Amino acid sequence: MTAETRPGDDTGRELLSFHVADQNYAFDILSVREIRGWSRPTPLPHAPAYLLGVINLRGTVLPVIDLAARLGMPDRQSTPRDVIIVVTVAETDVGLLVSAVSDILTLPRDALQPPPGPAADPVAAFVSALAAQDGAMIRLLDLNAVIPAQGGAAA
Amino acid sequence: MRASDDPMAEFRATFFAECEDLLEGAQAGLLAMQHGRADSETLNVVFRAVHSIKGGAGAFALEEIVAFAHQFETALDQLRTGTLQPDAATILLLLNASDGLSDLVAASRDGTSLERGATDATLADLCALVSDGKADENPTEGFVVTKLSLDLDAPEPPLPERQTYRIDFVPDDALYALGNEPLFLFRALAELGDLEVVADIAMVPEIDKFVPGSSYVGWTLDLTTAASDAEIAEVFDFVDGLCTLRIARVPADRALDPVPCPPPGAQTASAQAPGSAPQEGPVGEPPQTRPEAHLPQASTAAPVAATVRVDLDRIDRLANLVGELVIQQAILTQSIADTGLTRRSTVSQNLEKLTGLTREMQNGVMMIRAQPLKSLFQRMSRIVREASAASGKPVRFSTEGEATEIDKAMIEGLADPLMHMLRNAVDHGLEPPGIRAAAGKSAQGDVRLSAAHRSGRVVIEVTDDGGGIDRAKVLDTAISRGLVSAGAQLSEPEIDSLLFLPGFSTAGEVSNLSGRGVGMDVVRSAIQTLGGRIAIRSETGRGTTFSVSLPLTLAVLDGMIVDVADERLVLPVHTIIETLTLSDDEVGELAPGSSLAMVRGQILALLDLGSALGYRAPLETIAGAQALVIALEGNERVALLVDAIHDQRQVVIKGLRDGFGRAPGVAAATILGDGQVALILDPIEIVAHAGIRAAAPLSSAG
Repeated sequence: MTAETRPGDDTGRELLSFHVADQNYAFDILSVREIRGWSRPTPLPHAPAYLLGVINLRGTVLPVIDLAARLGMPDRQSTPRDVIIVVTVAETDVGLLVSAVSDILTLPRDALQPPPGPAADPVAAFVSALAAQDGAMIRLLDLNAVIPAQGGAAA
Repeated sequence: MRASDDPMAEFRATFFAECEDLLEGAQAGLLAMQHGRADSETLNVVFRAVHSIKGGAGAFALEEIVAFAHQFETALDQLRTGTLQPDAATILLLLNASDGLSDLVAASRDGTSLERGATDATLADLCALVSDGKADENPTEGFVVTKLSLDLDAPEPPLPERQTYRIDFVPDDALYALGNEPLFLFRALAELGDLEVVADIAMVPEIDKFVPGSSYVGWTLDLTTAASDAEIAEVFDFVDGLCTLRIARVPADRALDPVPCPPPGAQTASAQAPGSAPQEGPVGEPPQTRPEAHLPQASTAAPVAATVRVDLDRIDRLANLVGELVIQQAILTQSIADTGLTRRSTVSQNLEKLTGLTREMQNGVMMIRAQPLKSLFQRMSRIVREASAASGKPVRFSTEGEATEIDKAMIEGLADPLMHMLRNAVDHGLEPPGIRAAAGKSAQGDVRLSAAHRSGRVVIEVTDDGGGIDRAKVLDTAISRGLVSAGAQLSEPEIDSLLFLPGFSTAGEVSNLSGRGVGMDVVRSAIQTLGGRIAIRSETGRGTTFSVSLPLTLAVLDGMIVDVADERLVLPVHTIIETLTLSDDEVGELAPGSSLAMVRGQILALLDLGSALGYRAPLETIAGAQALVIALEGNERVALLVDAIHDQRQVVIKGLRDGFGRAPGVAAATILGDGQVALILDPIEIVAHAGIRAAAPLSSAG
């Protein structure tokens, strides 16, 4: 982890880009702890649809969120070809199920632009910025919005 | 390790850790005194604790603690000398002082500063007490010196037949002329017992009048020994006639003369219990300096088992490793089973031994983490004292089973709920003294805190002898808050359990004692986080008991592995009474969606676990399914329907984070032999959850 990759640095940000369904998304690579292959999550009773369940991450129990469902995309079956990105948000580890990891990008600050106006798209709530890369649009995800707040469930 | 760059920090940490032990000891002693066991040894333990804290605090320049401990110590000293009487008021004040001292210590440890003057009132009380004691002091009695010898190397108490002898020994010139050496005599005496030697050099002349070869020095020796007069006299056999010798027995109840400078290594000797009844001080003796100079540090009469202080982190790491070992061993067992080896094969037999060892190791680690509830219970006595003072209700607080051991992590988690329950017991449970008197009860209320092991769990109970739960009032409150529909017919236990609903509080006006509306629901969720359950028993006019049942540890669980809708789940074995296979004619329906099962003539509610958890639609046919009979609180039973029952196995508990899967009915998770996560269910919560939805006498379901 070098100083150049710090968010807010003028030289740019390193992002991990990945596919959810057919769309391009990315978030700051510093949030990523590891990327691992699919393993069958154990479903949790009465959980929201996007919460796939929990998996065993080297002896700890890791909740896994289906990013497609979280972003309001149509239902689809997760397949063993999917990938789980383990991220750390607010000192909590969470797994995000995505279709594929594509690349590590370094984008200059000014390449990022805020999403245009209020959109009807439910995804808009989770997107903090947009960028164009090789003719494709990349949506920068706001992980704090994607991961639901803690302590919501009754103990 | 931390703070390796600052050795002082480490000493400080040790000091504060010791302070905790010492304060605990002091509190225990004071509580014993409160219960009328005010023997001198108890008092000494308290005194030593306070004194050690004072000494340590002085070393770290913690002035506030030193000043406070000093007054505290002075008061205790006056108790020892009998100038103060250990009456109830004095002991209560001393208990407050120990609370104050522990506040000061905690504040210094955490680097926070106490609210200014937080302990001033107690300090002022102490000062007043101490000066009262001085005023009462009988001047002819003088300050009685009590010297204490608690030899760390010889923990057994002095034998009763030990005697103290005063030996006056003045050698003649001839003694030296014949080549005798007093030092050898003293050494021989020291072998008989504890010896104190004081030289009398008054006879030594000015240097110009000094005659070499003359004897000028005499000695006064105090020997405490079990040896007989004859044995002592024998030491002096060789110098018989060459000295002036007087051997006399010192009466056992007489305090010893002070010794200005005991020879190094010699033990101060006293067989008597210090601080026993007021003693006759030796006449004409110079007032003694504070006796603590002779006090050995940290020693109690009760034999103390050797202990090692270990960083909790290390134990946690060990516990985690053992947890991994248990999982890994389960994985190994499964892979060996998969290879098709028989149970009689060498590999399987050796594996079985490994399993046994792993289990023993697990228990061993758990025992390291286990701690007696004593310290927690002692902290609680303070809560009750404060609650009693704030509410103006006199309370007699007793504890039972404080030696019961439980995982250290649980002790921390129990402090808040217990505090709440005890405050409730005083504030809401006990009636005001006037009403008690009218009901023919003593004005002083009884609050009891007890702990016991019961079938693999720890049961902690808070009992008061108050008026019991006013069920009519509870029901009215619940109806007025919209928690229950008006006109609902609830059984007594159902009404009692309303107390656990969020936002429920029966106190007419909110007192600043028991909080504001955060009530038993917070207590219950705290207990549930610890894997425990809470229940109420109440009898009108006789009192209320809150009973908390907890697992021994948060780390492992004896679980029953079952299959439900292709998911593997774990149920705690202690909740399961029996397992059975149901046939169609043993199952009936009360109403659509509510099934019943006949189990040996008893009709039980039958709950389909798969649909209760939302894993699948309710089963069409129940035939051939297996069921677990679960014990609920109060001997109620329910049958849970599962697809298959596997084996019983020890599983390592992995916590689930709030917001991610701490769904009702799920207690925790574990990792099974195949590496898959399995959920550990709380069947009682599942039944409650399903039951409320089905029968719904309470409108606030879920």
